[in-house]
Amino acid sequence: MDVELKMVRNTLVVRVNGELDMVVAEKMHREIDERMEKGEVKNLILNLEKVSFIDSSGLGVIISSYRKIAAVNGRMYMAGARPNVKKILILSGVNKLIPIYDSEQEIISI
Amino acid sequence: MNVKNYVRFEFQSLPENISFARSCVGAFASQLDCTLDDIEEIKLVVSEAVSNSIIHGYENNPHEKVVIVVSIMDDNTLEIIIEDYGKGIEDIEKAMEPTYSTDPSRMGLGFTFMKSFMDEVDVISKPGKGTTVKLRRNFAAADKEAYA
Repeated sequence: MDVELKMVRNTLVVRVNGELDMVVAEKMHREIDERMEKGEVKNLILNLEKVSFIDSSGLGVIISSYRKIAAVNGRMYMAGARPNVKKILILSGVNKLIPIYDSEQEIISI
Repeated sequence: MNVKNYVRFEFQSLPENISFARSCVGAFASQLDCTLDDIEEIKLVVSEAVSNSIIHGYENNPHEKVVIVVSIMDDNTLEIIIEDYGKGIEDIEKAMEPTYSTDPSRMGLGFTFMKSFMDEVDVISKPGKGTTVKLRRNFAAADKEAYA
């Protein structure tokens, strides 16, 4: 599975596996939209531990998810980005909108 | 400057082929004396250029063709040429501005990444005819700096 989703109370946890390019980004976009349409999602945790590559299509879906969560006054976090992925998140400025934590556990404990 | 080695390949304009294209170019570039970080950057710029061809050049029509020619020059310069025969770019200068995109759902960072990670980015485009993106990066310069 490239994209795995799990609800923990009102938080949607999205775990992505592999390369977050146009193919996986479109799948992630569809699946997050489906969950958001049900109106149960308030916050979103994006686990990037298993993401080995990201490009601007991947960044695009992260920003579009952030906008949807911001529209319902929720919060979004990213967890576990590998150094090469973190570099792109920082270079694009995405980290200024969505904080990056070391792990899902760290986000749950804040 | 002479070509020491090159590969040329073409593929259908399917999103599934973006991964194939960047992996091929990354594997070919690994002949150069470069780091894993360098290879990751090369893969990223190829992904951006090919995504642009598919999304903007062909407007997601999967029945078209993208051509890539990768060359290693005798001064350790890597040259990557990505060519499509799609709708072309009306205003290249505008298209290369950070965060500019004709598609509001996209970030418009493709050319920004290409300019960040490559020494030279040349775009030749004719509306209705297609776009050629030529990317160059010299890996000898880094060696010289390291030994300076």
